[in-house]
Amino acid sequence: MLNAVFSLIARDLRLGMRRQADIASVLFFFIIVVSLFPLGIGPEPDQLRRLAPGILWVAALLATMLSLPRLFADDHRDGTLEQLALSPQPLGLIVLGKVAAHWLVSGLPLTLLAPVLGLQFDLSSEALQALTLSLLIGTPALSGIGAIGAALTLGVRGGGVLLSLLILPLYIPVLIFGAGAVEATVTGVGAQAHLSLLGALTLAGVFFAPWPTAAALRIALE
Amino acid sequence: MSKGFNWYHFSSPQTFYPLAGKMIPWFWALAALFGIAGLIVGFLIAPTDAQQGEGYRIIFLHVPASWMSMFIYLVMAFWAALGLAFNFRLSAMMAQALAPTGALFAFLSLWTGALWGKPMWGAWWVWDARLTSELILLFLYVGFIALQASIDDPRRADKAGAILALVGVVNVPIIYFSVKWWNTLHQGSTVNIAKSSMAKVMLVGMLLCALACWMYAIAVALMRVRKIVLERERHTEWVKAELAQEK
Repeated sequence: MLNAVFSLIARDLRLGMRRQADIASVLFFFIIVVSLFPLGIGPEPDQLRRLAPGILWVAALLATMLSLPRLFADDHRDGTLEQLALSPQPLGLIVLGKVAAHWLVSGLPLTLLAPVLGLQFDLSSEALQALTLSLLIGTPALSGIGAIGAALTLGVRGGGVLLSLLILPLYIPVLIFGAGAVEATVTGVGAQAHLSLLGALTLAGVFFAPWPTAAALRIALE
Repeated sequence: MSKGFNWYHFSSPQTFYPLAGKMIPWFWALAALFGIAGLIVGFLIAPTDAQQGEGYRIIFLHVPASWMSMFIYLVMAFWAALGLAFNFRLSAMMAQALAPTGALFAFLSLWTGALWGKPMWGAWWVWDARLTSELILLFLYVGFIALQASIDDPRRADKAGAILALVGVVNVPIIYFSVKWWNTLHQGSTVNIAKSSMAKVMLVGMLLCALACWMYAIAVALMRVRKIVLERERHTEWVKAELAQEK
């Protein structure tokens, strides 16, 4: 059963590698949004340092959002999704595989890029560590919860905008604890509590989200 | 059915339509009755608040609206779950009919909160945990309405909306506690409403107004569900007969 999941992840990764422009455009969107903020609010390092965790996390949220519509759309268009739904493996497990692949091509690169962008905001090395760690722990939850929205808006007109309406409110706890972890490090409280809660959110999100996602996919395939 | 009353009988749109039509005037009457009583208690009997003066009287709309906005989301999710689990057409229609009323109450709660906040706190908006989670609740309503509006096939719209409502209802406590915690960490902007022990007469007025809002919500939801029934069943014989009769 796990073999099927791993081969699905490998397949999605291979597809992702063949469309590197898609991955790159999401990453550049992240970079551009983050870089716009200093231009909008001014270059004072003190102010930027204070705003950096929030800005980086919100930009990561939006970048993930941007990559979500494609999570199921291509498979839906060419009929692969129906075949996957007909396969003997539970659909929830297949969704989990697709979520993992999505995280590997969107959440993980964002996480790796974030400390570099953090340097633009003059973050200390402890804050950079906390930022990277919080993104590493938190972004799987974004992929997991986002999959629900991607499945619900599959083949619906205006899907992309609708997706953000549905999913962004559900992302709020992840944003609060993710950005809070960095801020707690900066203020010297320590990020432990935030990171633990973020880990709990991710575990719960990745564990439970495949069920509603699978149900939504079955509705879309009817 | 041991009680001799068959609930399933009314779960069909055809039998529910006339029943709802008969119930609507009663709920309107109850809403008016409770509303008038609540306003009399609120404006004429309840004393002026020692700290907040006359301005506090907006709670007679503000608090019921907040309660109803949360309560209606739960009711909506309940109907949505029932529709998803048992494939009742009517309960999905109920969920769809409740959403705009819930969104209206969430908006009213924010609006009256702003009107209250300006004289009391000196600001239209503060990032208080309660205000923020009410705003997020409004977002959840808007998402539900937008999702249902953008799917053309009503059956699919019902089911997709039901899943979203259920995901939302699971998330509401998580969102609420995360916002609350976020708020306590940023002590600077926290404003606590001075919850002095509320006079009994104020509480009575508030409860009467809440009942009025509740009855209003039921009346409006029933009116809306009747329209939805007509729209969806317009190809059936009974709707055609009904419409011919009304002409």
